[in-house]
Amino acid sequence: MLRIEGLTAEVEGKQILKGIDLEVPAGEIHAIMGPNGSGKSTLSYVLSGREGYEITGGSVTFDGRDLLAMEPEERAATGLFLAFQYPVELPGVGNALFLRTALNAVRRARGEPELDAMQFLKVARERLKALQIQEDMLKRGVNVGFSGGEKKRNEVLQMALLQPRMAILDETDSGLDIDALKIVSDGVNAQRGPGFSALVITHYQRLLDYIVPDRVHVLMGGRIVQSGGPELAKQLEETGYASVQAAA
Amino acid sequence: MTAHPIGAAGFLHRFDGLRARLPGARLPWIQALREQAADAFRVQGFPTRRVEAWKYTDLRQVADAGFDEALSAVDSAPALPPAHGGARVVFVDGRSRPDLSTVDGLPYAVESLAAALEAQEGRLGSLARPAEQPMAALNTMLFEDGLVVTVPAGVAGGVLDLVSLGSASERPEAFHPRHLIRLEAGASLTLIETATGPEDARYLHNPVFEIEVGFGATLTHARIQQEAPRAFQLATVYARVEKGGTYDNFTLNAGAKLVRNEIHTLLAGPAATCHMNGAQLLRDGQHADTTTVLDHAAPDCASRQTYKTVLMGKSRGVFQGRIHVHQVAQRTDGYQMNQALLLSPEAEIDSKPQLEIYADDVKCSHGATVGEIDADQLFYLRARGIPEARARAMLVEAFLTEAVEGVQDETARAALGAAVTGWWEAVA
Repeated sequence: MLRIEGLTAEVEGKQILKGIDLEVPAGEIHAIMGPNGSGKSTLSYVLSGREGYEITGGSVTFDGRDLLAMEPEERAATGLFLAFQYPVELPGVGNALFLRTALNAVRRARGEPELDAMQFLKVARERLKALQIQEDMLKRGVNVGFSGGEKKRNEVLQMALLQPRMAILDETDSGLDIDALKIVSDGVNAQRGPGFSALVITHYQRLLDYIVPDRVHVLMGGRIVQSGGPELAKQLEETGYASVQAAA
Repeated sequence: MTAHPIGAAGFLHRFDGLRARLPGARLPWIQALREQAADAFRVQGFPTRRVEAWKYTDLRQVADAGFDEALSAVDSAPALPPAHGGARVVFVDGRSRPDLSTVDGLPYAVESLAAALEAQEGRLGSLARPAEQPMAALNTMLFEDGLVVTVPAGVAGGVLDLVSLGSASERPEAFHPRHLIRLEAGASLTLIETATGPEDARYLHNPVFEIEVGFGATLTHARIQQEAPRAFQLATVYARVEKGGTYDNFTLNAGAKLVRNEIHTLLAGPAATCHMNGAQLLRDGQHADTTTVLDHAAPDCASRQTYKTVLMGKSRGVFQGRIHVHQVAQRTDGYQMNQALLLSPEAEIDSKPQLEIYADDVKCSHGATVGEIDADQLFYLRARGIPEARARAMLVEAFLTEAVEGVQDETARAALGAAVTGWWEAVA
C-alpha cells in the first residue's frame, strides 16, 4: 500500500529526515514512535504534501503511484488522510459545508456521484451517531471554539466520512482525556479491515493500548532505528528512548 | 461651442447656467443654501491629496471627466435589481421615477424631494456640512431630487428598497441626489439601497444622506454599491442618533471605478448605538475609500465598526476611521476594526485609525490586520481533497461572511450576503 524508500527531507535548509525506509502493507496498522524532534511530524507533513518541506532524496509510492508528485488534494482523493496534530480553525466556514465540500471533492475524483445537502446530512448523521458526536457540531465554524477533544473527534469524523484507504494519525492522542481517547480509537478501529491501513504517529505508548498496531517502528534522528511487534511499544514505555539510542 | 469646462469650474459653470431652473429656485432659503454651497465649492474645489481627509483618494479622474447633467429619457423601462420587500423607490440618474416605484399603502410617508421641497425648510441642510466637505457642497449646489422618508413615532416601517440607476449616455453625466430620512421616536425602518448601472455607463453618482434616528428608533441602512465598472460614486452620509436609538449601517462596495463612502455619525443622546460596518470587494483597477467620522457626544453610547476589504489585481483600498469621544461621553464603548485580505502582490490598502478621547471613563479599541490567505488554512482544506482554487474561494467567502453576519436585520443580511456571493461568483 505505502512504500517509503530512502526518503530524505529538509526544512529551511536543515535535514530532518535522513533516509526513511518503511512499508505499510494493505490492512495493517503501523505505529511510529519517537521522542520530540525525531522527525515524526515532518514525515506526516511530507506524506500529505504540505509546502515548506524539500524532498532531497528517496521515493514514496502509494499503490505503486508516485505520491510525492501529487498535490495535497490529489493525495486525499486517492485515499490518503492526515489527521492533524493541531486541527486548523476556519472561522466563517461552516463545518457542514466544509465536510460536504470535502466529501464531494473526493467522490468526484473517484468518479462517484456527488451528494446533495439532504443526502449528505443523512450520511453525516449516521457517522455522528457512531462517534457519539453532538449534531450541533455540524452547525459551528470548522474547529472554531472547539475543545481539544472536539477537534480530534472532528478529525475522526472527517476520516469516517472520507473513507480513506490509508490514514496518518499525527499525535492524535495529544490533548485527549481517556473518554475521548476511547472514542477516537473506536473510530479508527471501526475502519480496520483489509482495505484500510494506518500510520499512527505517537510519542506515548498509551494510544497503542487502544489501537493495537501490527508493527512498531522507532524513529530517532530522522531514521527508523528499530522495528518490531506491539511488544516493542511496551518495552519503550518501560525503558525509554535512551535505551534504543544506546542500542542503535 | 467652446471647450467643455472640466473640474470644479465645469460644475460651477453648470450651476451658473441652471441656477434659475433648479428645484426651489424661487424659495429664498433654498437659494441661500445653494449659493453658500457654491461659494464653499468654489473655495475648496475638488479636493487634492494635499487635503488630509483626501490623502489616499485622488479625485483627478473624476474632476477631469467633464460631466454633463443627466438627460435620461423618462419613458425608458430599465431593468431593476431584485426587490427585498414590497416597497420600492426608484431613481434614474438621480431623478425619482414614480412609474417604476411601489409605495402604496405604507404606514409612513415616502415623497420625492423635488415634489416636497417646500416643506423641507429647516430639515434639508440641518446635518450636512458643505463648508467642510466639498462633495456635499457640490451636492447641495446641484441636487435636483431625492428621497424623503418620514416614519412616524412608534411605526414599524418594514423594508424599503431605494434603487439608484445610472444610465449610459454619450457624455458622462453627473447626478447629486439628496436623501432625507427621519425616524421619529420608537420607529423602525430597514432601508436597502442598491446603486447600479449598465456595463458601459460612465457617470458620477454623488448622493448625500441626512438621517435622523429619533428616541429609541432603529434604522438599518444597507448600502449595496454595484455601480457600473467605469462609474464613480462619492457618497456622504450624515446621521444623528438620539437617546436609545440605533443606526446600523452596512456598506458593500463591489462596483465602480472609484468610490468614496464617507459616513459622519453623531451619537447625540445617551445610550445610543451605531454600527458602521462594511465590505469592500475590489478587482483590478478599482479604488474604494471608506471614511468614517464618529462623534460620541453623549454618555453610555456604544459603537461598532468592522470593515473588511478583499483586494485583487492592482486595486487599492482605503480605510480612515476617526472616533471623537467628547468630554461628556462617559462610559463610551467603542470598537473599530479594519481587516484586509490581499490576493495580489500589486494591491494596496491604507488604513488610518484616529482616536480622540476627552472623557476619562471610556472603553475604546481599534485594530487593523492585513494579510494573505492563511497557508495553514489552505493546506487543511486541500488535505481534505478540496482543490486549491475552491479552497481559496471558501476562505475568501468566509472572510466576507463574517463581515455580513454582524448585520442584525435578517432581510438586510440576506440581501448583503447574496450580493457578496454574486460578486465572488463573478470573479472566481
